[in-house]
Amino acid sequence: MLLKTSGFELSGEKELKMSTIRTEALTHIYSTSTPFESVAINNINIEIDQGEFVGLIGHTGSGKSTFVQHLNGLLAPTSGKVCFDGRDVNSSKAFRHDIRFKVGLVFQYPEYQLFEENVYKDIAFGPRNMKLSTVETDERVREAAGFVGVPESIFDKSPFELSGGQKRRVAIAGVIAMRPKILILDEPTAGLDPEGCAAILNNICRYREATGATIILVSHSMEDVARIAERLVVFDRGTIAMDGTPADVFSRAEELRRIGLDIPAVTDIALHLRELGVDVPECCYCVEQLHDAILKLKGGAAPC
Amino acid sequence: MEPFIRVKDLLFRYEGEEELPPALDGTTLDIHEGSFVAILGRNGSGKSTLAKHFNGILLPQSGSVTVCGMDTKDESKLLEIRRTVGMVFQNPDNQIVASVVEDDVAFAPENLGIPSDEIRRRVDEALKLVDMYEYRRHSPHLLSGGQKQRVAIAGVIAMKPRCIVLDEPTAMLDPQGRREVIDTVTRLCRENGITVILITHHMSEATGTDRVFVMEGGKVVCEGEPQNIFAGVECLKKLGLTVPDTTELIYRLNASGFELGYGALTVSDCAKEIAFALKNKRL
Repeated sequence: MLLKTSGFELSGEKELKMSTIRTEALTHIYSTSTPFESVAINNINIEIDQGEFVGLIGHTGSGKSTFVQHLNGLLAPTSGKVCFDGRDVNSSKAFRHDIRFKVGLVFQYPEYQLFEENVYKDIAFGPRNMKLSTVETDERVREAAGFVGVPESIFDKSPFELSGGQKRRVAIAGVIAMRPKILILDEPTAGLDPEGCAAILNNICRYREATGATIILVSHSMEDVARIAERLVVFDRGTIAMDGTPADVFSRAEELRRIGLDIPAVTDIALHLRELGVDVPECCYCVEQLHDAILKLKGGAAPC
Repeated sequence: MEPFIRVKDLLFRYEGEEELPPALDGTTLDIHEGSFVAILGRNGSGKSTLAKHFNGILLPQSGSVTVCGMDTKDESKLLEIRRTVGMVFQNPDNQIVASVVEDDVAFAPENLGIPSDEIRRRVDEALKLVDMYEYRRHSPHLLSGGQKQRVAIAGVIAMKPRCIVLDEPTAMLDPQGRREVIDTVTRLCRENGITVILITHHMSEATGTDRVFVMEGGKVVCEGEPQNIFAGVECLKKLGLTVPDTTELIYRLNASGFELGYGALTVSDCAKEIAFALKNKRL
């Protein structure tokens, strides 16, 4: 199923080109023809539209990371294909090079990949590689820093002097500076404190609102993705086990547990309440929903 | 009774940070033997700096830390203190030194000069305690994050410490790995009487502890049993922390006219509390 969430369709702006990612029978096998051969992803067929906010969840080793590395041509399929705007990503070397700038990939712990002598140069690395002019590079660096809340006052600092949260932002800015139409982030909040997590997720939402970019958020945490994604794709042992709205996915709690995933605590409370004879909807996944549902049962009394 | 660990008016400032406020600024707390405690606080609140004082990796610039009556500033006691209090850090990959699981666990007791048959016994016992015995001949780099972290814990246990300090041991793990680690340390405390000090950002991991300390600006700003600490929802939010979703739900329902207790930290207790309140309402 496909979820249309893009603001573009609503505003009907014609000049904006729609880009979609589509995979056809995408399969990747590591160490083929060796005793260590293992199928990482198997026959993945999925379509993601411009502007969608997709949460990609799955157990460690379920194939999520292998999958996203195909979307910008970092890995080539063993069989099947990945298309960007209807064109095979691996059709030519030039196109695959081009795709790297269109599909931005932020790896886990991206701060380990900072390397330049100062923050500015690190963020500018992508745009420079795109052979943009100094003026345009400068514009992109400032814009990207703005999106993720990196103040210009630290542009001259070494990235290694910054706190963990700031380093992470600089690393994300480096990818955003390429203005990717699709931004993929692998566990962008891992290891941050609650404030840091909320700030990073906010930054990502702002980037999407301002640019209409597609966001693919890879996460172990159902709770995190439930809060912001509009479509959830659940990976299990190299295949897509579920694909739908958070409400759809979380109403299949038993199945999620069977494949070793957590359900959000709120969904779990709702299930317990149903067992106790309290008739709340089973697809609650955030505190507000369950709060409202319980209040309704109390007799619709207006909150005092 | 003398507490197991006593931290008093601890002050510590990192070198080169003279113009910043100190990382620890008058930290005072007591930890009792055999208890399971959690230390919470946002980044930069001083948690990790405090953790490194528990076994003398860092030494107080003023104030004191005593472990079983031994002052960490007393150099002649340092080895004994390090045998008493073991540390586990965030990144399991940085803590594993050997290429076979059981060799890794044997590393610390070998360094302590323990006879080899005793090492054998300790390694087997430690691996069984963390439920990794069947992986003893495996290569650590092929294990999952949670498994690696349990091997790191076994490596500490093989030294037979009376206390384990874990500094955000689950930050890099997936939900299953996180559960494995928390279940393991809970068991070590409850069944083996080892004092466990858990430093974490995940509020839900603190729900099963005996006592919670919340840090801010290098000080302990509140301490108490988890249900009492989490009842202070507004205070925790001001400190940049969240509360478990169970507490958050109860807090919001109470704001909307319910009168629920904050003692229900687990999902099933929370559901029972709400169901009970709703049924009473209807009668």
